[in-house]
Amino acid sequence: MVPLSYYLVLSGILFACGVTGFLIKRNIITIFMSIELMLNGVNLSFVAFAAHWHVLAGQVFVFFVMVVAAAEAAVGLAIIIAVYRTRETLNVDQVNLLKL
Amino acid sequence: MTQNLNLWLIPVLPLAGAAINGFLGKRSSRAAVSTVGLVFPGAAFAWALYVAFRFSSVELPYQEYLAHWIRSGNFAVDFAFYLDQLSLVMLLVVTGVGFLIHVYSVGYMWDDPSYYRFFTYLNLFMFFMLTLVLANNYLLMFIGWEGVGLASYLLIGFWFTKDSAASAGKKAFIVNRIGDFGFLIGLFLIIEHFHSLNFSAVFEQVRPITSETAGAGLLTAIGILLMVGACGKSAQIPLYVWLPDAMEGPTPVSALIHAATMVTAGVYMVSRSHLIFERAPTALTVVAIIGTLTALFAATIGITQTDIKKVLAYSTVSQLGYMFLACGVGAFSAGIFHLMTHAFFKGLLFLAAGSVIHAVGGEQDMRKMGGLRSYIPWTFLTMGIATLAIAGIPPLAGFWSKDEILWKAYEANWIYWVIGAITAFITSFYMFRLLFMTFFGDYHGAHVDEHGRGSHAHGHDGHGEPHESPMVMLVPLMILAVLSTVGGLVGIHNGFQHFLEPVFGSEFPQSITEGSGNTEWLLMGISVLFSLAGLVLAYMLYVAKPYLPQKIADSLGSFYEAVLNKYYIDELYAKVFVKPLVDGSTSILWQGVDRKVIDDTVNDAADGARHVSDEVRHMQSGNLRSYAGWIAAGAAVLIAYMIWLGVAR
Repeated sequence: MVPLSYYLVLSGILFACGVTGFLIKRNIITIFMSIELMLNGVNLSFVAFAAHWHVLAGQVFVFFVMVVAAAEAAVGLAIIIAVYRTRETLNVDQVNLLKL
Repeated sequence: MTQNLNLWLIPVLPLAGAAINGFLGKRSSRAAVSTVGLVFPGAAFAWALYVAFRFSSVELPYQEYLAHWIRSGNFAVDFAFYLDQLSLVMLLVVTGVGFLIHVYSVGYMWDDPSYYRFFTYLNLFMFFMLTLVLANNYLLMFIGWEGVGLASYLLIGFWFTKDSAASAGKKAFIVNRIGDFGFLIGLFLIIEHFHSLNFSAVFEQVRPITSETAGAGLLTAIGILLMVGACGKSAQIPLYVWLPDAMEGPTPVSALIHAATMVTAGVYMVSRSHLIFERAPTALTVVAIIGTLTALFAATIGITQTDIKKVLAYSTVSQLGYMFLACGVGAFSAGIFHLMTHAFFKGLLFLAAGSVIHAVGGEQDMRKMGGLRSYIPWTFLTMGIATLAIAGIPPLAGFWSKDEILWKAYEANWIYWVIGAITAFITSFYMFRLLFMTFFGDYHGAHVDEHGRGSHAHGHDGHGEPHESPMVMLVPLMILAVLSTVGGLVGIHNGFQHFLEPVFGSEFPQSITEGSGNTEWLLMGISVLFSLAGLVLAYMLYVAKPYLPQKIADSLGSFYEAVLNKYYIDELYAKVFVKPLVDGSTSILWQGVDRKVIDDTVNDAADGARHVSDEVRHMQSGNLRSYAGWIAAGAAVLIAYMIWLGVAR
């Protein structure tokens, strides 16, 4: 039986990686992936707690998060494609204006 | 018998007039404004006459309850009115003389651009004055008291674009505040000890107190404090200084407010509180001494003044001193009697003076008048009557009331009588001086002015020959002249005193004895002699030998200078009270407290906020990634804190 703390540490590492990537990367797709990483870090802690305490609520939450993440991925990728078509760049620092 | 006299109508009618003229007057014609301005006070006068007519058929004192005002525990003050012989006299004087002066004002103020404003204020004054007179408790009286002060301020400063008028208004208001302060403390003492401000309730509790029982000291304190209030309103030493300056107002205002009615409010208040004063001999003595000194002091200043209205102003102060002298020796009915006759002849004097000023085109300096008798005969005639009346020549009104006061003063203490008689002599002298300087000799004013405005332009530069005032101004003069002539006759056989007896009780019953009767005749003779002496002296100096006054003035030197400059009292007050106040306020309150403490606190707080923000604003860079970093850092701090909490526990 793997102790809970292992999962939590791994979850923290994943989340920290996500945050770091979000903060330092310029490519919009990498940022997007970092966000997914953070979400999944959280998901991991949810299921870990759920398994540890034998409560299903944590796993239910994970499904919600996955659904939202899938929706977000769909919408987000669509936006990214639209941005690339108009700006011809994926560098977020050059997409800091809402107008063209 | 319980009849409803609807007393409330009397003050409310002028208030309605003031409201109508105040809100609509600006867009109305002069005729409409005059109609409103006259009809409402006129109706109040008519109602007052009706009340007087029904007077004998109501139970006195008649009280009329209108509405609740203050209910706090067992302390209650209502809007309620009180009618007895005393308030009836005041009511008739105020509405009667007031109405006449309103009529006169139509003529006098016709050319003024703020015509409607004048009538608004005048009606407002009537409202407050009638409230003061009719109130059934001290607080409502105080409302009227403050209200007439307000109206007085507004009317003194009526021509507020003139700097002197604006500051005279302020001076009147501020000096009155000092008196009101004393009045208020007196009221607080009454509340504290009698738990009511209602006249009947207070007097009921005062009645059993005598100078031997407990509470006499309290009554002395209340009496003196009330007198402080009266000193302010009725222009007595040491608070008289505002009244001469108040002459900056239009002349009808001087007649109505600063001669006939408002300034007598103090006398009325003291008389209304006579039960308190009668039980406080020390307070009465204070009243008598203040009255006597003021009478003499103001009269001497009156001799030297050259402004026709200033002479009358000092004369008013002096005559008010007489009234207080009467109150101070316990002769309240004599004081009220003089109040009434004074309202007639002094109102008349002021209105006549206004007519003179009107005639000579706004000039007020008597040295530039003279010989006006032939130009304005009616004004001369009425003013002559008023002068005879105030000088105390029998059988005119002033003689009866003044004689009554002097007689009562003599009974109290012969010193009062001596000073009073000397004052009577001086009064007679300066009044005839005024009359002779104005109406006799040669006209010294500018005769013809190229840009005279023709008809009735006054208050501007000269406008041709002096001319008689229109009928609307002369008729009030004539009515008042008649009243000044016969008004004193009600005092024969102590008729007036008997009328007021239910209010004041029987005064000095021992005075109705055979032996003192001769003394009374003797004193009467002496005071008449004094008055005639004043007349003769004035005639000698100002008609027969007009070069003499200057010589006398020169020979008196610095003393004459002092009197001419009103004993430098204004300068003294400026040095002793005004300057320290202004300096203290400037250096301590303004530069010290306000700027250093209050302003600096506010400014420093703002500066601090600005400096902090200056640093912090760099956080708000608009860079999304730095925001995210701050969020992450914040979250990290929060988590660290929570972990620390967990560890600590």
